[in-house]
Amino acid sequence: MEQFFQQLINGLVLGSIYSLVALGLTMVYGILELPNFAHGHLYMVGAYLTLFMMTLYGFSYWPAIVISVLALVVIGVILERLVFNPLKDAPHINAMIAAVGVMLFMEATARVLWGSDFRRLESPYEGVVNIFGLSITEQRIIIIISALILMVALNLFLKKSVIGQTIEAMAQNREGAFLVGINANKVSMLTFAIAAGLAAAAASLAAPVNLVYPSMGSMVNLKAFVIIVLGGMGSLPGAVLGGYILGLSEGMISIVNTNMQDLVAFLILVIILALKPAGLFAKEAR
Amino acid sequence: MNRLSKWLPLVFLILAVVYPFTISDSYTLTLLAMSFIWTIAVYGMNLIAGYTGQLSLAQAGFFGIGAYTYGVLTLKLGVNTIVALLAAIVLTGCIGFLVGLISLRTKGHYFTIFTLCVGVILSLILEKWESVTEGVRGLIGIPGLSVGSFTFDSYVSQYYLILFCLVLSVFVSKRILHSLFGRTLQSVRNSEDLAEALGVNVMRTKILSFALSTMYAGLAGGLYSIMIRFIGPDISVIDHTFDMLLYLIVGGIGTFWGPLVGTLLVTILTQWMQFLAEYRMVIFGPLLVILVMFLPHGIMGSIAKRQMQRNLRKMEQATIAAGDSKRVGRQLDA
Repeated sequence: MEQFFQQLINGLVLGSIYSLVALGLTMVYGILELPNFAHGHLYMVGAYLTLFMMTLYGFSYWPAIVISVLALVVIGVILERLVFNPLKDAPHINAMIAAVGVMLFMEATARVLWGSDFRRLESPYEGVVNIFGLSITEQRIIIIISALILMVALNLFLKKSVIGQTIEAMAQNREGAFLVGINANKVSMLTFAIAAGLAAAAASLAAPVNLVYPSMGSMVNLKAFVIIVLGGMGSLPGAVLGGYILGLSEGMISIVNTNMQDLVAFLILVIILALKPAGLFAKEAR
Repeated sequence: MNRLSKWLPLVFLILAVVYPFTISDSYTLTLLAMSFIWTIAVYGMNLIAGYTGQLSLAQAGFFGIGAYTYGVLTLKLGVNTIVALLAAIVLTGCIGFLVGLISLRTKGHYFTIFTLCVGVILSLILEKWESVTEGVRGLIGIPGLSVGSFTFDSYVSQYYLILFCLVLSVFVSKRILHSLFGRTLQSVRNSEDLAEALGVNVMRTKILSFALSTMYAGLAGGLYSIMIRFIGPDISVIDHTFDMLLYLIVGGIGTFWGPLVGTLLVTILTQWMQFLAEYRMVIFGPLLVILVMFLPHGIMGSIAKRQMQRNLRKMEQATIAAGDSKRVGRQLDA
């Protein structure tokens, strides 16, 4: 029983991280109709930046995260301008291949600059809290709470602010958004900025629990793809829900067999797409 | 059929056949044989991504299946090597067919994401199914191909074996693409709805194309086992798929000679830049992006395009000239 609750907490931690990554991925898909294969590598760069801010420049944990998020926002916008915006009218296959190119470049660059070895990010929250006889590290509690705060903040931004609503509008109906004078360029830059920022935040939160290394983003990215197929490409609530579902499933499976943990996501994907080729909650069959 | 595509392959073939007589250093021979192996797999990729318009990212996984089928059958079960190589092709094709059945119900982005995950699943299976694949230890001492009493164990004989398989693959590709089926593939790429309206069974076409493309990967994998004699699960990792994608884009996606030109060019360049080994993708990653932006048809595609433009201009000039001469004739009559 105790193990069950322990894994429940673990599943929540995993789910928080997955949801944050999947949110960015699904937003980019909703606006640009682009499966961004490089998204997981933005996550990786975010983790490294936080790590270096702390180890090389002596920032404390939270300021380091803020700097890393801001840096990734800039990188995200640059990527959008340089690579994805010029390709928005090209055949879909081209944008996907370009995303693969960006991904290969980012991973290789990280290897060259920072080496392939695994690094630890020392979080100031190494303590252990006892809740109802369960021992949970402080960092895990922080991950769960921070992720919730970020999601609520994103939701408020998209629903209550004018800028946020332009994103929402464009995701819902492109032509309609253009008719009311929404600037597509601005929206697509903003979307990339938010997505990259969320990825950096997720990576910085997760880094103390996991390790930091050049290919840390690959698996997370694949799982984020499974999540947005599960939740519907472009759907934000779907990404959050899918993220928690996958995280909890992985947590539960690891009680039975730890080898299976990485396979769960793919099994879910195969089952879903075998039954419903257009995804579970697809807005329209593509 | 322009002139270029008539003489280029012949020249290449003569060069490839004569090459071992001029230089007998095993290193370059192995290098060339290796790029021939990748070329075969990229021909398969071109069939599904280039001609059918469905980008699959599972090719390296199927390459792994081919390699392991040959390895396990010969090493563990003592099956005849020729039979094992054929089995590698057939089994990979069968698994490709099954994967195609599920994955091709999805389209476009979903299909690409799905096959990306299929590739990961396949390489995870090869790594975790230890009772068959020996897991991370890999298979060591895989026997080479032997026909009767002759075994392909020298570098030169292996080189010719692989060259033969490459020529065969290219020939089969040509026959496929110039058949009705090949035309059907291209109609599916250009517009699925239109193809459907013309009475093409789109689903069946796509599944067949996918299964065929995986068979190429299976043959390439089998040849890899024959040549290297040792395989581990890392031959099926996604990085190889991305390598193949790079070769295809450089050569020209959806062009007939693209896979050959792209693979040879990039692998030879990579060898020259050996000192840049770790910087490889730092250079090739942005190159991929730049190619897709400014040269989406790759080398062969751009050449073909220029040829077409030139032909068009010639035709225009010819018609103008014909018109002129007519007018001059008319004036003389008057």
